[in-house]
Amino acid sequence: MKRRAFLAGVGGAMAVPLLPGAALAQANPVEAQLRTLAQGAPVKKGRVHLELPQLADNGNSVAMKVSVESPMTAADHVKAIHLYSDRNPVTHMATFHLGPRAGKAEVSSRVRLAGSQRVTAVAQMSDGSFWSDTAEVVVTLSACLDES
Amino acid sequence: MAARIQIPKQAKRGEVIEVRIVIQHAMETGYRHDDVGHLIKRNVINTFSCRYNGSEVFRADLSSGISANPYLQFHTVAEASGEFEFYWIDDEGMQGSERQSIVVTP
Repeated sequence: MKRRAFLAGVGGAMAVPLLPGAALAQANPVEAQLRTLAQGAPVKKGRVHLELPQLADNGNSVAMKVSVESPMTAADHVKAIHLYSDRNPVTHMATFHLGPRAGKAEVSSRVRLAGSQRVTAVAQMSDGSFWSDTAEVVVTLSACLDES
Repeated sequence: MAARIQIPKQAKRGEVIEVRIVIQHAMETGYRHDDVGHLIKRNVINTFSCRYNGSEVFRADLSSGISANPYLQFHTVAEASGEFEFYWIDDEGMQGSERQSIVVTP
């Protein structure tokens, strides 16, 4: 076999198996968790404000603030705020349980992000409705899964 | 497990006050390896709660997605003079708690 023909053959054989892999669309883990959380109720966009920096230098500690538009009265308040990541090994990052005694539906913390991704915050209201907001974050140095 | 807490010493009744807390904890993710290649077991503070004069005003379920030395900031309405009680527990059952008092003026 001519060297040129051999190389072309090898190159072609290697390229083929890559295609089906790329075509396999991965199911979004956040959507699966939202379905379990909402139990069929719609998760609407709005009322929630998730604040994350657009660019984070270090994924180990990223400042996060989430606030929800709510009067926070006994009749109408935020019961819980759930936080999800679509690229972390653990999708569910945290749940904050609030009540009418919070006075203000606003929680801040610092999160770990394993790579650039979209973070979703979902507010669970006392009337049973769900509201959400997302934020895209570009992470330069991802939170280490492994130090090696 | 030490913690640093910031709440106002005094507040007017009905005022929304800000509570800030930092707990010293590694929040080990369970995905890191030690020097000899063994996986380090996950150990994070999984539950944190804040009680104000005996009733719960805030609770959080945390995971490895929260940074080491977790910081939390939340709010509550000043209702009466008394005590804030903070409590947390990690995967290995280590518990921590802290108290702070507040004076509420009418």
